[in-house]
Amino acid sequence: MSNCKQYGTKLLAWIDERFPLTKVWNEHMAKYYAPKNFNFWYFFGSLALLVLINQIVTGIWLTMNYKPDAQLAFDSVETIMRDMEWGWLIRYMHSTGASMFFIVIYLHMFRGMMYGSFKKPRELVWLLGMSLYLALMAEAFMGYLLPWGQMSYWGANVIISLFSAIPVIGEDLATWVRGDFLVSDITLNRFFSFHVIAVPLIIVGLVFLHIVALHKVGSNNPDGIEIKEKKDKNGIPLDGVPFHPYYTVKDLFGAVVFIAICSWIIFYSPEFGGYFLEHPNFIPADPLKTPEHIAPVWYFTPFYSILRAIPSKFGGMVAMFASILILFLLPWLDRCQVKSIRYRGTIYKVALGSFVVSFIVLGYLGTIPPTPTAAFFGTFFTIVYFGFFLLMPIYTRLEVTKPVPDRVVWPPKPISAREGWLWDQGRKAIAAIKSTPVYQQADGYWQKIQEFMKNNKYLRHFL
Amino acid sequence: MNENDIDLEKRRFLTQTTVALGTAGVVFAAVPFINYLKPGAGTLEAGAPIDVDITKLEPGQMIRVEWRGQPIWILKRTDEMLETLTELEPVLADPDSDESVQPESCKNQYRSIKPEIFVAVGICTHLGCSPTYRPEVAPPDLGKDWLGGFFCPCHGSRFDLAGRVYKKVPAPTNLVVPPYWYETDTRIIVGEERT
Amino acid sequence: MKRIIVTCLLLWPLLATAELGGPSLESPGNDVYDTESLRRGAKLYVDRCLGCHSLKHMRYRRLQKDLGFSEAEIKQLFPTLERVVGSMTTAMDSKDAERWFGVAAPDLSERARALGTDWLYTYLRTFYVDDERPFGVNNWVFKDVAMPHVFWDLQGEQRAVIKKIDEMPVIVRLEQAKPGKLSAKEFDLAVTDLVNFLDYVAEPAQLERRSLGKWVLLFLLIFGFVSYKLKKEYWKDIH
Repeated sequence: MSNCKQYGTKLLAWIDERFPLTKVWNEHMAKYYAPKNFNFWYFFGSLALLVLINQIVTGIWLTMNYKPDAQLAFDSVETIMRDMEWGWLIRYMHSTGASMFFIVIYLHMFRGMMYGSFKKPRELVWLLGMSLYLALMAEAFMGYLLPWGQMSYWGANVIISLFSAIPVIGEDLATWVRGDFLVSDITLNRFFSFHVIAVPLIIVGLVFLHIVALHKVGSNNPDGIEIKEKKDKNGIPLDGVPFHPYYTVKDLFGAVVFIAICSWIIFYSPEFGGYFLEHPNFIPADPLKTPEHIAPVWYFTPFYSILRAIPSKFGGMVAMFASILILFLLPWLDRCQVKSIRYRGTIYKVALGSFVVSFIVLGYLGTIPPTPTAAFFGTFFTIVYFGFFLLMPIYTRLEVTKPVPDRVVWPPKPISAREGWLWDQGRKAIAAIKSTPVYQQADGYWQKIQEFMKNNKYLRHFL
Repeated sequence: MNENDIDLEKRRFLTQTTVALGTAGVVFAAVPFINYLKPGAGTLEAGAPIDVDITKLEPGQMIRVEWRGQPIWILKRTDEMLETLTELEPVLADPDSDESVQPESCKNQYRSIKPEIFVAVGICTHLGCSPTYRPEVAPPDLGKDWLGGFFCPCHGSRFDLAGRVYKKVPAPTNLVVPPYWYETDTRIIVGEERT
Repeated sequence: MKRIIVTCLLLWPLLATAELGGPSLESPGNDVYDTESLRRGAKLYVDRCLGCHSLKHMRYRRLQKDLGFSEAEIKQLFPTLERVVGSMTTAMDSKDAERWFGVAAPDLSERARALGTDWLYTYLRTFYVDDERPFGVNNWVFKDVAMPHVFWDLQGEQRAVIKKIDEMPVIVRLEQAKPGKLSAKEFDLAVTDLVNFLDYVAEPAQLERRSLGKWVLLFLLIFGFVSYKLKKEYWKDIH
């Protein structure tokens, strides 16, 4: 045993002379000090990385049997689903991963907006993150064409046709993107190339830069306090903890819970009610027959609603792209000095809340057919969406903020002591569950199991 | 908390359990990815047994069919051809086919179920070339000792008319005999064995 | 008042799952793990559907394995099959189909998943007599469908009960006009078997998927518990 350790140390020394392995490990893991008060919202960064790895690995495997050819693509996906051993699992991991990627990224971005993680000195972290988000959208859009089902085909058709709205060069631009006069085999081939090689390379590169930029300035936290400003005599932030082991074990737990949720979807509801895999996409692409109702996949629908809300082809396209690009400007639109929502004024809480509501409602509206009622709500919430950003320089200046403490709030307030309507409801719900006979019976078993574990040499460690 | 207050035993136990479960999880997750690489149902069906009708096969004639992308030879040997098998045994490397691959029913001098019908995978056991069928006796290029057999043009391996390899040639073993059975007297199913 | 009605009508598509005028879809409540039902469904499908609707992604061998057919049974089901190789294509040419029915019959190993079990179950049970149609039947779910009623002898004849709502004739329900060989209940069960079979064919992997899922979740539950305890143990250090 000690021999092994000795050799290990020697090997590490050998590597360290040639490659800064220990140095990198310390800088980014063992001696990277992250604020100790990370909450639930801070799981999503590492989860995004986990999903990225999942997408790359399952993608490599799918590419082995997928055929980027309009005649063969649909059938090759069926071959993966039916004829290749475990092909169904790998494909569902990829399709579920795509949707989960967006869920994770949206929550990650919302975290940033809540706690002011985009503010000085983290503007570059935000910009790189936004670039990642753009790349991810491109990746998802092109990937969605590949199964060559009805939704793949017509979705791509509609979105590419948007380019034709650009004055003068529009038509030529759309033709150039497709490489044909309509979405065809040529388009499929180039989308395949981008989806499996070009965009993943860009994403991996941007992830690297995103993390490098983050580790340069250090992580923000739910209190929006720069922990680097208060250090001990060794130069270690007083409110920081080494990322490893504290956040590796925490993120591991988060990852397991996340994988469990994904597994439930993969094994029991891979279509997820037609949101993750749209039903018309089980029909091969037919350029002569448009499905009754074309809707993009859910993660694009907020922007699709904005597109539909503007009654002009060109205007709709501009509004749609603007709604995404405006997020880049967030660090400069927000004029408030306080980062975290915990100490910000009511006005920002209301604004952020309206933004979230408008994003979700627009997302829902994008999935249903465009009735006049839907169009009315679409226009209304598009205004709310843009209002959040465009009025931000004004209302953030008017904000009445609370004093920000010097140090992070620690220990966090226990759930039982938290105030507010939402916490009250949560506590009520928990109490309701606890009063059900099923829970009480389960709790009875749990007490017995605990009793047994207490007396076991090994199992007692789990208590 | 003081450093000494840490229950090291508990911490070590929990770490080891987590590592063990994590490793098990990764191993479980790897199984689908490894099995995915096996031939799929389509490939397996393409490699399903094939029927060969040998009604029109003349004595001395050899036909080639394809099974799993490999050439399968079916040769109807004449009585003279069968006589050469015994005669050649001293120069063969593995006359009793002890080192070679064939179904149990074909582990005999003829390396076949019925003496006259020889079925083999037409791929040299050396480096995978397909040998040529040379039934003629003592042709100029193969020398006067040649009594008919298979000759691999790539590296000069020689086999007799039962696909048995000669001594002092690069091929290590006899030609492979695939599993096959007779559905009727004139109909062979190549690719599966039945008794 | 008028405005309220208009708004309600406009909101209707938001709420309704079925198209305007169609019946609400019923669920067959099928169980793909019920092999007996799958086998009955397969027989019914081969007898009455496979002539036009191929299942080109469904291999005979997979069918044999998953439904537990013996070699003899599978050959009895498909008399022209010499060896259990290939997939369930149909003899009918798509050009012939277009000539006979006006459209090519869709492949159901693809289409069944797009349509869903509820749609199929309701559709197959809602054919009614309509003399204006080429085959003398129409369908409540799929108006002016090109397909004939292939179960007419089993189900018998149904007639549409039509009421005028706002000057528009609307079907309110279907009623039995002539009895078929099967009672209404037996017929529903036969259609359930058929839909069950189509559900399976649309995604054969679901048999494996669902039975494996619980073990994966059990493993993750245990792993989650252990990793939570590990996290708690380490975080005791932080004050």
